[in-house]
Amino acid sequence: MAAPNQPAVLAANVSRHHKMGATVVRALDGVSLEVARGEFVALLGSSGSGKSTLLNLIGGLDRPTSGTVTVMGRELAQMASGELAAYRRNTVGMVFQAFNLVPTMTLAENVELPMRFAEVPRDERGGLVRSALARVGLGERAGHRPSELSGGEQQRGSIARALVNQPVLLLADEPTGNLDSRTGAEIMDLMKALNREGMTIVLVTHERAIADRYATRHIFLSDGRLSDRPVLSGTAEVAP
Amino acid sequence: MMAYDMLELAGRNLKESKLRNMLTTAGIAVGVASLVALLSLGIGLQAWANRNLNRSGIFETVAVFSKRDFMSFDSDERRSEKTKSNENAQPLDAAARNEIAKLPNVVEVYPEMRFQTEVVFEGHSQFSTVAGLPLSARGSDAFDDAQGRFFSGPEADEVVLQEDFAKRISPNAPLLGKQVTLRYAERSATDAGTQEQGFTVLRREKTFTIVGIVKQEPYGGWRNFARGRLFIPVNVAEKMNVLQPSALRDAVSAGAKPTYISLLVRVGNPKDAQAVQEAIKKMGFTTWSALDASKGMRRFFLALDLFLIIFGSLGVAVASLGIINTLVMAILERRREIGIMKAIGASDADVKRLFFAEAAAMGLAGGAFGVALGWAIGRVINLGTNWWFARQDLPPENFWLVPWWLVAAAIVMAVIVSLVSGLYPAARAAKLDPVQALRYE
Repeated sequence: MAAPNQPAVLAANVSRHHKMGATVVRALDGVSLEVARGEFVALLGSSGSGKSTLLNLIGGLDRPTSGTVTVMGRELAQMASGELAAYRRNTVGMVFQAFNLVPTMTLAENVELPMRFAEVPRDERGGLVRSALARVGLGERAGHRPSELSGGEQQRGSIARALVNQPVLLLADEPTGNLDSRTGAEIMDLMKALNREGMTIVLVTHERAIADRYATRHIFLSDGRLSDRPVLSGTAEVAP
Repeated sequence: MMAYDMLELAGRNLKESKLRNMLTTAGIAVGVASLVALLSLGIGLQAWANRNLNRSGIFETVAVFSKRDFMSFDSDERRSEKTKSNENAQPLDAAARNEIAKLPNVVEVYPEMRFQTEVVFEGHSQFSTVAGLPLSARGSDAFDDAQGRFFSGPEADEVVLQEDFAKRISPNAPLLGKQVTLRYAERSATDAGTQEQGFTVLRREKTFTIVGIVKQEPYGGWRNFARGRLFIPVNVAEKMNVLQPSALRDAVSAGAKPTYISLLVRVGNPKDAQAVQEAIKKMGFTTWSALDASKGMRRFFLALDLFLIIFGSLGVAVASLGIINTLVMAILERRREIGIMKAIGASDADVKRLFFAEAAAMGLAGGAFGVALGWAIGRVINLGTNWWFARQDLPPENFWLVPWWLVAAAIVMAVIVSLVSGLYPAARAAKLDPVQALRYE
């Protein structure tokens, strides 16, 4: 178990290169950063800057070409495939721009899905699904399929799914990208509330205004590297 | 993931592409059905052949001869015995008969009784061959379509006629219940009182009641040198003390007791025949049983079954390609879903098992439907064959048999083939990169 003073996320000289024929694409190149527990960090950058790649590495969906990612004191590179899957279902929750709910399942079934993989006893699941949906204000929509829900409702559903196994780290990749500004604000308010309850959040966004309003710290990425350009709000910092 | 969750998810996924999965399952069912139909025909034919042979009783019977009279039927044994004289061979006499009767699993031992006789019926006479039958011959298939009945007891003065012979002595008039007289030569003791000293031949007559008429000789006459035309209880035949060809040899061999040309040994179960045959051989006699001949038949059916399995498996092989195709299509269609599952915590093994469960479910359903379909095809073939038999005035037969082990084996095989077919798609789904899958639109 990680010591309380350990950072939630520690990335050390992390690179992720892709080979495209003879060309090597450096999606991420020697990035080091630290996220403290309880922080709400925004990863900012233009399209192709490597922010989603970094989020996927922290989320255990991908492995770095070099460097190490340590979450809650556990180095992800040391984990076998099965351990990494356990890490994804128990330690982190992920929220995507495209919501990524399974269209053939109802909202309740979608929220229940991570508990199936975590082998949560069946009789405990119903209550956990109901409380997760109530937490995001969707208690009445449990039986609806994603196609019957609005974009905002789907995203709140996906947050409920990300929270149901009680992770310590919430990773959100452009969660408001497919939503209008009012609905986007509702989602961000929800995430802010979760952060106030102690949840560590890493948010990937290209919208500076959202980062400024909700995140406690900004990290800029450009061409796969941390960017050292000064920020206007003064709430962001540049890692060495 | 727990087994229940895996099966529920697999079932849900299968329901999503109902038509395609049903067609794939139907493909497995047709493959399994062809295999089951062909194999059940092979098994049925074998069972039919065995049934007929068993009912004829030949597998329960071991014929015993004295080495003095017959060389061994076994060529190796014959070669090794070549230099030995037959003079001191074990005589096949009453003592030997008692000894054989005491062997385990032997039900009865009776002498091969067969002799020439003059048959007198309504003033006309002709020569023919009489054979003695034990009471156990009642179960022989020769009596299935017999007229009249079998002997009322082991000592009854009753005779069963062979149909051709019956027609010869009385082409039109019914024979059952009528009397027939046999004239024969009896071997009788000389005045000295013992047969060892020689014997007298006396002309005798004995009257029998005709109780039955059979189409063919019971036991098919496989062990005889001349076909019998009249059959009387073997006990009666023995007591008649008819002069046998062996009597002359008994007379010239000084001190020889009366011997049998051959004894027929019946065992309770055909599977005991081999052991009894070996035990009798050890006693110093030559034996013969139909088991030797049946080995060739078993080899034939083994080869036939193998051929049918190979032929039937082609359908299953085609069906397995269908499963691979369906599951690969499912990966393409559910690429994003697999990515989502992995992102929220499904392990590679979970994804793999899910695809295996889907393959196994299709295999199980296909196997079960296939067995039912194969069973139905077999029924139709059997009905068609028997319809044809009926047109040819032949009795109905069952050529087709689906034993329980075939039902179980076909379903298990369908599941195994489906799982093997699922190997590649499952591995491919498990290896799917979630980042790529979630990027996919």
